[in-house]
Formats: sequence, structure tokens, C-alpha cells
Amino acid sequence: MSAHVTSPEPAPAGTADTSRPVLSVRDLRVWYGTPRGPVRAVDSVDFDVRPGETLGLVGESGCGKSTLGRGVLGLAPEGAAVDGEVNFRGTNLVSLSKKQLQELRGPELGLIFQEPMTRLNPLMRISEHFAETLKTHEPGLTKDQVRERALEALRGMGIPPSRYHNYPHEFSGGMRQRIMIALALVLRPAFVVADEPTTALDVLVEAQIIRILADLRRNFDTALVLITHNLGIVAEACDRVAVMYAGRIVEQGDAREVFARPQHPYTQELLRSTISLSTTGLHYIPGAPPDLVEPPTGCRFHPRCPKAMKVCAAVEPPDVLLNSGSTSACWHQAQNIAGAIPPEHATDGREPLALAEEISVADEA
Amino acid sequence: MSKQSGSLRRYVLTRIGLAVPMVLILLVLVFVLMRVAPGDPISAAQGGHLTPAQLAQKRHQAGFDKPLILQFWEYLRSVLTLNFGTTISDGRSVSSIIVQNGGVTLTLAVGAVVVALGLGVPLGLLAGRYRDSAGDTVTRVFAIVTYATPVFFLGLLAQLLFSSHLGWLPSSGQADTLVQLNVPTKTHILLLDALISGQWDAVWNIFQHYLLPWITLGLLIVGVFIRMIRINLIQTLQGDYVEAARARGIKESDVVVKHAFRNSLVPVVTVLGLQIAMLLGGAVLTEKTFNLSGLGSMLINYINSRDYIAVQGLVTFFALVVVVISMLIDFINALIDPRVRY
Amino acid sequence: MTQTALTSAPEPGSLPVGPTPAGKRFRGLRRFLAPIRQAHGMPKAMLWTGGIITALLALTAILAPLIAPYSFDAYQSGGHQFPKQGHPSGTHLFGTTVQNFDVLSRVVYGARTALEVMILAVVFSLILGVLLGLLAGYLGGWLDRILVLVMDALFAFPYLLLAIVAGFMLSGIIGGGVVTAALSITIVYIPQYFRVVRSSALSAREQVYVEAARAMGAKPSTIVRKYLFGNVIQSVPVIATMNAGDAISTLAGLGFLGLGIQPTEAAEWGYDLQRAIDDVNSGMWWTALYPGLAIVLAILGFTLLGEGLNDVYNPTIRRRRIIRAVLPVPTARKRLHEAAGNGGGTGSTTGDNGKAGTTSETGTTPEEGDGQ
Repeated sequence: MSAHVTSPEPAPAGTADTSRPVLSVRDLRVWYGTPRGPVRAVDSVDFDVRPGETLGLVGESGCGKSTLGRGVLGLAPEGAAVDGEVNFRGTNLVSLSKKQLQELRGPELGLIFQEPMTRLNPLMRISEHFAETLKTHEPGLTKDQVRERALEALRGMGIPPSRYHNYPHEFSGGMRQRIMIALALVLRPAFVVADEPTTALDVLVEAQIIRILADLRRNFDTALVLITHNLGIVAEACDRVAVMYAGRIVEQGDAREVFARPQHPYTQELLRSTISLSTTGLHYIPGAPPDLVEPPTGCRFHPRCPKAMKVCAAVEPPDVLLNSGSTSACWHQAQNIAGAIPPEHATDGREPLALAEEISVADEA
Repeated sequence: MSKQSGSLRRYVLTRIGLAVPMVLILLVLVFVLMRVAPGDPISAAQGGHLTPAQLAQKRHQAGFDKPLILQFWEYLRSVLTLNFGTTISDGRSVSSIIVQNGGVTLTLAVGAVVVALGLGVPLGLLAGRYRDSAGDTVTRVFAIVTYATPVFFLGLLAQLLFSSHLGWLPSSGQADTLVQLNVPTKTHILLLDALISGQWDAVWNIFQHYLLPWITLGLLIVGVFIRMIRINLIQTLQGDYVEAARARGIKESDVVVKHAFRNSLVPVVTVLGLQIAMLLGGAVLTEKTFNLSGLGSMLINYINSRDYIAVQGLVTFFALVVVVISMLIDFINALIDPRVRY
Repeated sequence: MTQTALTSAPEPGSLPVGPTPAGKRFRGLRRFLAPIRQAHGMPKAMLWTGGIITALLALTAILAPLIAPYSFDAYQSGGHQFPKQGHPSGTHLFGTTVQNFDVLSRVVYGARTALEVMILAVVFSLILGVLLGLLAGYLGGWLDRILVLVMDALFAFPYLLLAIVAGFMLSGIIGGGVVTAALSITIVYIPQYFRVVRSSALSAREQVYVEAARAMGAKPSTIVRKYLFGNVIQSVPVIATMNAGDAISTLAGLGFLGLGIQPTEAAEWGYDLQRAIDDVNSGMWWTALYPGLAIVLAILGFTLLGEGLNDVYNPTIRRRRIIRAVLPVPTARKRLHEAAGNGGGTGSTTGDNGKAGTTSETGTTPEEGDGQ
């Protein structure tokens, strides 16, 4: 894999408004085996996260967001194949052993889950959860130190010390999620994945959790990947955004830039589909996300893309680094670059696909 | 803490309250079952042997000439005072039978549960942990075969092998006669009496006698434990909080032992409660197989002598035992699992 | 039988009622059969083994007079008395019992008794359990509450004791035969069917489609037939198969306690085992081993069948087989830089992994973008 991916160059001095990335992912693939063949849940994905930065990962459900988040942390399910590079402070997590990964999870890497109600062991008091986590990674801690550290983390999340010895079922969903966050952060990991942390919660609690996550990166320089399908959260809480479709990141860049001037047709459609006060009619993207066992040829979005061209159905679009700093994997941006379109499609590649499809066949039911 | 013990007390009280209608229904059931036969118990038991006058006298004594509703009322009253009547055939009080012969059944049942747990928990956990391995398959087949083998056949096979052929263990009774005579009776539980009096030879002798019955009856219920624990563990290992524990970097061994094992064993208590019925039925057969004079053997004897009062009393006692044990099981559950109390 | 055969070729003459298209009538059956065909691994092995054992048992039962060398109650043949407790030999393959019976014949005829009692018990409890369950679930009210209480009590009661008491009482009324044994076992299994049917009846009552059917004037019998049996059809076969094994075990238990079928009426394995207790103590193995093995095999057959069905229908146990995904060598993704002036690309095509934010071009370009 290192044959074609040179390790990311250090950020050029002077230009960087941020420091080196904590985590940089290159060509990461996570495929599941099924009787029908491998599911390409994450298929060649690149991204970076710097300290104190929040990267929003958005897309429809089933596009591979959660798999990506878990794959990065080495938590891909049994039987999944993972390759590529997840460079965390100079070590490639993909090549680490299970044991080494386990030791990093907690003090260096954290994960916050979607549904807080079932993530705490019902037979263990909150105190026992903290003691277990702290003692595993810092065996030398005394009982008092454990307590002190845990209470500090809980206080940061607004959980009073009097509840320290309670059982999980004695807390509400919002409180449990804050406990989960405190538990994930008690060891101050440098990189955290939050997988739809607010989906299961009501709107008020959601705002609270988002504020907590925002404080977190300000205060501790934590790098955060926030997986969500709520574009409002991204606009509010993320510095950068990566839009995922069918196992690929199709567009990524500065959150404001992407929202203001979405380049990839999928991003454009996704943004049009959101509801706001100014919405007059509901927009939706026709069709469903593709089958990841046999994804469409060429651009994976082309069957649903209103702007698809002939070349889109045949050749996979390259990632185009735009002058705005965003990246978009779309022929609409690539076609203007000399030599990008392969010669065999050079003549008719730019013709709209819809026309060609109607003429050819209607084999899809 | 005080709040929790308060909730526990509330739970216990509610649970006892729930048991009352259950007991009532069971009593009605036993009463009705015992009276579906034509005629009445006395004439059924001793019809041929007595003159009509003697019969009428006996029926009057036992109250069988009263209206049914009154009979039921007296039955209820006798149960509430834990006096289950006096047998027709040999004039013993049922409560004394329970006291004197209950020890055998109790010893048998407790030992069987120990065997079932001692074998079922580790096997179930291993099978679930190493799911779909060869060991898992063997364990599952073992569970099914033990389930399919009737206790009495297993008992007979064990007797054939270990008593008749190998001569390692005695094949029947709960102790040698001499031992039984020499152990002073305190609790009516022979093993316990021997332990209390410190007669270690007697203890060893009794232990040898009970070993085959314990294993036989234990194997009857071990299959259920293996299956339940295996499935629980498999589900727990795929559960949300196990993944969350992994995400916090908890050691894999701790994840499996502390989070998965412990949680998958909680329902074992419940399963144990459900197995009590099976255990009692199995105990009757085991007692018969190994010639142990427990309550099951007594019940069968009284059935064969068509002693309705004895049968009614013993069956009532069994019903009460089932209700009390299922209640106890729920209390233990509430102690182990904090969620139950709510 | 394939799926298409079931839909396209319904028996024309059968069940002429109603306008129901014939294909629909078999939907329940198809829903029942489809998972069985898709079974693999352990459930498949269990289904097959159980099926074969059960088939052999049934065959033995039906052909008992042909297979068994003597009648189950024969103690002599051609004026020649059988030996007492005779060793297995050429004339008596499995030996003879203390009552001079031929063990092999009794084992073979025992299959007949076991099957008869089992079928009667399962059918009785099925009919009673389903009827009571439907009544309770569909009508509700006081009847429901009382039935639930009684069924719970029956269910909690040690089932062998229940059968013992029932057999004890019934034998006083109708004597000890196959029907008595079957009836005393029946009472044990009624609660299980009752529970399943009642809960699906309850949930069906709440279902919108039943509501709609009733609003359109469908008769209660139609609703019960069409909607309830459709829901129940998957769980009842599993319970019935499991109970079949259990019923054989209970029958043998009753026989072992001397409370089952009278030995002169039919050959019964449990009774034979009871008679073998003393043999075992004196070291004789054949009188216990063969009837015992027969019981184990019979129960095993039904249990495996039931377990297999349960695995197939109960998705909590069903295993998503882990298939390792194999990753092909990755194809290098192309990465291009948009040129500052919309002109020719920077030329670099592959392998240039400077991505968003990490390159020097960040923020230097005015927002003219492209492709608007």
C-alpha cells in the first residue's frame, strides 16, 4: 500500500494556519464479507484532522460513515478487511496488533456512540465504569486519584458528584450520553470519533451535547470527527466537512466554503434536501444509495446525479483539489483539466447521460 | 443506599402480594383435580375392605360428607396452618412425612443443582465464547443428548456401569443401614446430621450414595443451562456495552470476563427458577431409580395405595414449594440486577 | 416442492370456500417452508438427523408386526416357553425379560405405543390449547383473566407431577390405557399452545388489518382463520415438535413409575425399564439398555427436529456467517489539482496526495472556483 501512497508531507511551514494533523487517513478501505461478495463500506478514503479541529462526516445512512469511524479506531467488525493507512502521530494504526490498538483506545483514541441508553454496562455503577477505564490505562492510580479524575470529568459534563455511585438505569438519556462522553474523555484522548452522538436525544439535549463537544476541542485541543446526518450540526460545530457517498468521500473542505459553494452534485443535492424556515417545497434525491456489493461503474453517484455526463458512467472521477481548498471527486470539475478525461471519452464524454440512457436500454426495472 | 434498600423492600412486598393469587389458583387446581374422580376418596381407597357403616364413619371423620364448598374451605384452612391432613392408608400426618422424607429430596435437589451449575456454567461460557468451534458443536450435541436421555435410564446406566460392573459406588439408598442408624437425627437431613455429629466416615458413605443420583439428576437440567448461557453470552458479546468497553480500550480478557460473562450469567438465576419444576419431576424419577425414600417415592407409594389424602397433601406441598422457590429466585434476581427493582 | 410449484399448482378441488385466490392460501405454508429450505450448518444437520430418526421411528411403529419376531405380550412360541431373563441369543436378539417377554419385540412394539400416545397427546393439547387461546385472546374479559391464571398455575406446576396426578385421577375413571396416558400428558402441554395463540390473538386484535376486515363485515370465523392461523403457523410446529419429544419422555416417566399403560395393553418402554431396575442391580444389562436406547432415540429425533426448526425460525440464534472479505490490490485513485487559471492541469496525475488543506495553494486562490 505504501507503493503508491507517499506519506503525507508535513504541512509546509509558514502557510499552515494549523499544526500537523493528529490523524491522517490515506486510501483506507474497510470491506465486509457477505455471501454475495464483499460490501465496499469504505472504499479508498482520505482525510486529515488537526488538533482542535472538528471534521464533520456527513452522508445518507448506509454510506459507510459509521464503518469509517470504527475502522479508523480499529473497531471494524469481525471478518472485515481493512487496508490503507491511518497515520496517528507517526504510527499506522492499520498495521498495529489488536493489543496495541487496545492500549491506544482510551488514552489516545476515543469513540462516542449514537445510542447512550445501551452503552453502559447495566450491572456496573458509574464509578466502576470510570475505575475500570482509568485503572486499565493507568494502573498506578490510587482509589482517590481515580475518584478525583472521574469526578472532574463528570463535573465537566454537568453530572453532580452525588450521582457517582448510581447505576446507569438511574439516568436519563441525555445524562447517560454526557456520562459516556466523560468516560470517553477522562483520559484526554487526542482524537475522538463521535458517531451521531445526538441522534437518539431530543433537541435541547442535542444543543447541550454539541456545546460540550465544542468546548472540548477549545479547551483540550482534541481532534474530533463528528459523524452526523444533520447538516445543521455540521454548519454549527464543524471546521471542515467531508461528504460521503457510497463508501467514498466525494467532497471535503472548509465547512463554510462547502456549504456556501458546494461543488459536487451530491453535496448540492444534499444541501437542497435540508429543511429550513425558508424552504418552500421539500426536495429529495430520487433513488436510493447504491448496493455496495456491486457499486455502479464510474462515478457511484451517476445513476442519481441530475448532471451526469457520459464519462461519469464509464470512468471514475479523480479527486480534484480546487483552488478554494476543497476537494471534489466529480467530472464537472475534472473535465476542465487537460488530459483528465481519457482519450476514448474525449469526444462524447461531456454529453449529458440522461439522453444517452434513454436511447440505450431500459434494463433497470 | 437507603433509597435502594427501600426499593428492594417494596419489590419484595409486591412480589409476595403477587404470589397470593397464584397460590390460591394452585390450591383450587389441586382440590378440583383430586375430586374429579367419581365417588369420594375414602370409598375409592378402602371400598372393598370396610362395611358400609365403617365407611360412612371414616367419611364423616375426613369430612367428605360435607358440601364441596365447605370441604374446600377446610382444605384452605388446613393449608394455611401447614397441616396437610392425615394419610388414610397408614395414619401418618402429611407434615411429618414432609419433615422426615423431605431431607432426601432436598439433598438430592441441591446436589443436582450444584452439578448442573458446575458443569453447565463453564461449558455454556466456553461454547458461547468459542462459538462455532468444534468444542461448541460438541457441547451443543452434549446438551441435546442429556436433554433427550430420561433420568431413570441414565440412572440405570450409571448403576450398571459404576455399581454392578465396576463396583465403585453403591447403587441404591442414601447410606448403608448401619450408618443410617448411627447418625443421630437432628435436622432429618442425613448428610447434614452426619456433618453436625462429625462422623466423617458416615459423611463419606452418604456422599458415595448420593453421587450417582446427583449426577443423574444434574445432567437432566444441565442442557438447559448450557444452551441458555451460550446464547446469552453470544448476544452479550455482540452487545452495545461490550463494544463500548472495547472502545475505551478495556483489555479483551476483562471485556469478556467482566462485561460479557457476568451479564450473561444474570438470567441463569431465572432459568434455575424455571427448572425447579423440571427438577422436582426428575427428583421423583431419580428417587425411584436409586431407591431413595424422598417425597417423590412417598408420593408414588401413596398413589399406588390410592391414598387421596396423602396425595393431595403432598401435591399441595409441592405446589407451595414451587411458588416459594420462584419467589426466592425473583428476590435473588432483584439483588443481583439493579434494574429489576424498578 | 419448489416455491413455484406451490403457487402455480394449487390442488383444484380442495377447500372450495370463498373468493380467496388459491395462491394466497399457500402463503402461510410457503412462509413456513422457505426458511427450512434456506437452512444450513448446524440447523440443517439437526433437521436432517431429527427427520431421519423420526421417520425411522414412525416406520418401526407402523410395521411393528412385520419387524418384531413375536408379539409384545408373548412369553412362548409354538408351545415352547421363552427363557426367563435369557441372554441375547439367536432366537432372542435382545434377550428376554423377567416376565419371559422378548425384549426386541417389546422395543419394536413400544415405538407403536409411544407414537400413538404422542400423537394423541399433541393433537389433544393442540386443539384444546389453540381453542382456549383463541377464546381468551379474542373475547378477553373475565374468561381471559381466569384462563390465564389457571394456565399460569398449570405451567408453573412440575409437569411430571401434573401428569402423575392427572393419570392417577383418570385411571380411576377410565382405567389405564393409551387414551388415559395421552390425556394425562395432554394437560401438561395445553398452557404452551394457549400462551402462544392467546398472545397472537391479542396482537392480531389490535392490528389495523383485522380492524379493517371486521369493519368490512368479515365474520369472526373468517378473521380467525385467515389472520390468526397465519401468524400462529410458524410457532406452533416448533412447540408441537418439542412437545412430541417431551410427551414420549413423560409417557416413559409415567410407565417407569408404574402409572402408565397396563403391561397387558401395550408394550411400553418406561414400564420395561421399571421392571429392569432389579436386573440392573444384579448386573443384567439388556433389559434396561434396549428400551432405554429406544426412548433416547425417539426423544432425540423429535428434539433435534424441534431444535432445528427453532433455529431456523428464531433469528436471535441465527448466525450471520462470518465471511472474510478479501481486498484486491487497490487501484490508484487519480488526484488532480485545479489550475489557478482554469487552464491545463498541473500535470501530475497519480500519486500526488496533497489533499485539502495540506497544500500551499490553500487560501491563495480567489473564490472564482470553477464549473459554475
